[in-house]
Amino acid sequence: MTSILGAEATYFTALSAGNFIIQRCTACSKHVFFPREICPHCRTTVLDWVQPTGTGTVYSTSTVRRKPELGGDYDVSLVDLDEGVRMMTRIDGIPPTEVRIGMRVRAEIVEGKAGKTVVFRPLGEMA
Amino acid sequence: MNSLIDLRGSTAIVGVGTAGCGEAPDFSDMEVLARAAHAAVADSGLTWDDIDGLATANLNSPMWALNTAEYLNIRPRFIETTNIGGSSFIAHLQPAMLALASGQCNAVLVCYGSTQRTQTVGRREKLLAKQLIDPYSYEAPYEPFNPPTSYALIAARHMHQYGTTRRHLAEVAVAARQWAQLNPEAFARAPLTIDEVLGARMIADPFSVYDCCLVTDGGGAFVLVRSDRARGLKHKPVYVLSNATAVWHRQVSSMADLTVSPAADSGPRAFQAAGLTPKDVDVVQLYDAFTINPILFLEDLGFCAKGEGGSFVEAGAIAPGGRLPVNTNGGGLSCVHPNMYGVFEIVEAVRQLRGAAGQRQVANARVALVHGNGGISAASQSTALLGTDLAL
Repeated sequence: MTSILGAEATYFTALSAGNFIIQRCTACSKHVFFPREICPHCRTTVLDWVQPTGTGTVYSTSTVRRKPELGGDYDVSLVDLDEGVRMMTRIDGIPPTEVRIGMRVRAEIVEGKAGKTVVFRPLGEMA
Repeated sequence: MNSLIDLRGSTAIVGVGTAGCGEAPDFSDMEVLARAAHAAVADSGLTWDDIDGLATANLNSPMWALNTAEYLNIRPRFIETTNIGGSSFIAHLQPAMLALASGQCNAVLVCYGSTQRTQTVGRREKLLAKQLIDPYSYEAPYEPFNPPTSYALIAARHMHQYGTTRRHLAEVAVAARQWAQLNPEAFARAPLTIDEVLGARMIADPFSVYDCCLVTDGGGAFVLVRSDRARGLKHKPVYVLSNATAVWHRQVSSMADLTVSPAADSGPRAFQAAGLTPKDVDVVQLYDAFTINPILFLEDLGFCAKGEGGSFVEAGAIAPGGRLPVNTNGGGLSCVHPNMYGVFEIVEAVRQLRGAAGQRQVANARVALVHGNGGISAASQSTALLGTDLAL
């Protein structure tokens, strides 16, 4: 065990302290997200925690339509980090319907309804 | 038995039934299940005493087979309760085929019921409880409106990668509605045009409300026996030629390629075990939780090349009178969708292969493909090929 916490608790503990970390397998060197106890690629069990560069590319995007009185429309996107892993997230800083597949984005940590959350902002360029 | 190919045609569906499709106010899930099960047993010509196998699942109860055996007062020797979402009742076929082939049991009742539409008490509380009991820890913070959001992400990527359009998606909705207009049991039968689909209220881009399946009540059931037993019963047997199931992920963020579903695995295995190809199929039932689903599955199952699903459905190609009859009951989009839809696809395929589908009957239907989808992101897929005696 490289950690006294399970992978999920390690991730959310770091996030609540303001750190966005992902796993990297010590055997096959591939990055892993979401956090796991076993490398999904080579099945070994020693996974390090690393800080990603924070940059990535929008892989897909959708706008959830919600009544204005309930807060209005919002984005849900999938972002491929430059480390090669994908996560669900939200693109902030532009209207949800203007998010495009292929947009380059950078991670930031914001305070969400249930604690700190990783969201992304456009870098103003396409992949 | 040496291989799954030996199971080809070894079992047959001899009874089907539905109950409470559309709205069944003041009925419980179990009550519509029981009525559908009773209709299926009666339709088979067998008696309740003959039923010694049970396959069922329910999204609200993790041990639903117990509830069901108790309610029906049966003591099955074979119990199958794999729950992989809406495709479950198609995925129940292969275990049931093996149990029948081995002699573990002689007649399997596959049954389902839900009154999701009219049973509104505590709906919000139940949803919140599910989120606590079985969380999506890494997606929930972003509040996806699921299942629409996950399938919308799949559709958006397919559109980006292959030039699929919202008009292609609308073709699927309109084709389903045109079939539903030929089916007295279908819930949504009002005329629907492509422009109405495109102009309707948006739910999760690129989906408008007509790109999303219905929320209805309904129960469905069928009875499966060994083929030797099937002959001489009430109806012409519908033989199970093959079944194959694939599960690759749960969350849409874990789906390796949003344009390829596990149907790309279940489909070829089902065709191989049946000794058939897409060209041999006369009528197709594809789980249409959303309009992107049939497009994705037509590609993954080999009816067209990857990326060509959109153009495949153009100009009413899967509507009545089109080149390939798809979702002839009206599908989950326009016929019935009570939380899980798979069992209704089998019921419709059996009616078509019996030649008992009324106005919507596909002429000379000998082989039907039934394809189930489950989970909130095309996560589980189960493909079955069914046929008449002419397909054996």
